[in-house]
Amino acid sequence: MKTIHALAKRLQAGEVTSAALTEQYLARIAELNPALNAYLTVAGDLAMADARTADDRLRRRADLTPLTGVPIAIKDVIVTKGIRTTCGSKILADYLPPYDATVIARLRAAGAVILGKCNMDEFAMGSSNEHSAFGPVKNPWDTSRIPGGSSGGPAAAVAADCCAAALGSDTGGSIRQPASHCGIVGCKPTYGRVSRYGLVAFASSLDQIGPMTKDVRDAALLLEAIAGFDPNDSTALNVPVPSYQTELERGVRGLKIGVPKEYFVGGLDPEVAACIRSAIDTMKALGAEVSDISLPHTEYAVPCYYIIAPAEASANLARYDGVRFGLRAGNGAVSLKAMYGATRTDGFGPEVTLRILLGTYVLSSGYYDAYYRKAQQVRTLIKQDFLTAFNAVDAILTPTAPTTAFRFGEKTADPLQMYLSDIYTISCNLAGLPGVSIPCGFVNRLPVGLQLIGRPLDEATLLRIAYAYEQATPWHTQQPEAGISQPS
Amino acid sequence: MAITAEDIRYIAELARLHLAPEEAARYAEHAGRIVEYVAQLNRLATASVEPTAHAVEAAGFSREDLPRPSDAAAAILANAPARDGDLFTVPKVLG
Repeated sequence: MKTIHALAKRLQAGEVTSAALTEQYLARIAELNPALNAYLTVAGDLAMADARTADDRLRRRADLTPLTGVPIAIKDVIVTKGIRTTCGSKILADYLPPYDATVIARLRAAGAVILGKCNMDEFAMGSSNEHSAFGPVKNPWDTSRIPGGSSGGPAAAVAADCCAAALGSDTGGSIRQPASHCGIVGCKPTYGRVSRYGLVAFASSLDQIGPMTKDVRDAALLLEAIAGFDPNDSTALNVPVPSYQTELERGVRGLKIGVPKEYFVGGLDPEVAACIRSAIDTMKALGAEVSDISLPHTEYAVPCYYIIAPAEASANLARYDGVRFGLRAGNGAVSLKAMYGATRTDGFGPEVTLRILLGTYVLSSGYYDAYYRKAQQVRTLIKQDFLTAFNAVDAILTPTAPTTAFRFGEKTADPLQMYLSDIYTISCNLAGLPGVSIPCGFVNRLPVGLQLIGRPLDEATLLRIAYAYEQATPWHTQQPEAGISQPS
Repeated sequence: MAITAEDIRYIAELARLHLAPEEAARYAEHAGRIVEYVAQLNRLATASVEPTAHAVEAAGFSREDLPRPSDAAAAILANAPARDGDLFTVPKVLG
């Protein structure tokens, strides 16, 4: 399997050059992307230049990191200097960012090769990738099905080995849910663990960047590379970043894992539930102490989120006005206001429009206390549930998504049905907690994901549990039959 | 609470969005169902609960606002939908 750590070993042993590896990945993308639509922009020339720089570094053995020379994909919501960044939206279809996000600067400093930018639901609003202005991404395990969202492009690219690993973003499950549907590892770090500087804002109090990888070791090393304080993000936490990799092999013996009863109710597919129960047995066999817990406000997480996230989005998306960047429509408009309206109406797709309308509604005069303040109070209760639970357990184990990947068109007619796809992932964002999804089985040849939720800033324990489970099970070694040769 | 097409047209005006009448009706239906759904939060008594704006309490530090050199001006201007030299141009604001 072409993990970062396996490729790093080969690159550093001189068995392959970054240029050769990058060429192989570009060829594989050219072959598979017409069917998958995982990439919106392939930065071939820039990637080859990155690769040659990395090869020089590898030859000199100067300042090598596990990422030096390794080809990585980036969700198209993270700005990349000189590489088009669309957010899956027509309104940013031609946007060329003037700067790199902090996570990109860190990847570049580590010597990573940026292959290109991956497809997503417009402005990260969606759970199926059907809301991209550039067409949906196909799930590599079954191209008649959605890859999950909003980070569907990065998830499909990792699953189909069109990159070694990827960066996604997660506001209500957008890393973990597509990771679950595509059979890969996805990690949403604690809010503030990773800088959001250069992450195009959706809901600022919920957004977080994180790794999407082929195994847990890669998630640990990629998180280590991007995490840490950043003076350019006032919400980035100024706390040391542990060495996640060195913690991985400590096992789970003696760790306490809680299973919340509210996550195993109606709506959870019985076969997915069976995979999760079997994973619980594996955890017990590995020495973890598993107990039932309660998170009593679980049912309020989705309604709470669908006040807070649209409210924040409606404010954040006010910046798309056709003046400084992005699309401008209504050029012959007689007034500035008419130009704003023409631009935004033409530039935003239906789901983004719906959420702007919802957010504007709940924040509008007379409704603030009834909706936004109420939701913030419920957010406190949801957070308290978790903090209480963490007095008794070290981590919480749940399904990542209630079903396996659904078919295209299955939930597009009813926004509420789509929103319920994130029923198990949203609480994490509201409470600011870290969450990891790892493969835990298959139902009808479609991957199932297991979610682990941890204490604030305790990604290390989550990755340690995830690693122990992964090493005891075969799921992460399975790959979709894309019907084409693997890069050698 | 039901949201009418008229409510949606008012909100759209605030959000600088133009909706055709049939779109206003569709958004009113979808938004109305979501607003009904989120109203279940009213089952919870929260009068004495402090609101949470940011989940992580330590979040939000300040630093000195110091000028730094930047060479981004040309790249920023290159993104302008309409410009006149080094200026962004917009439709006439004052009559």
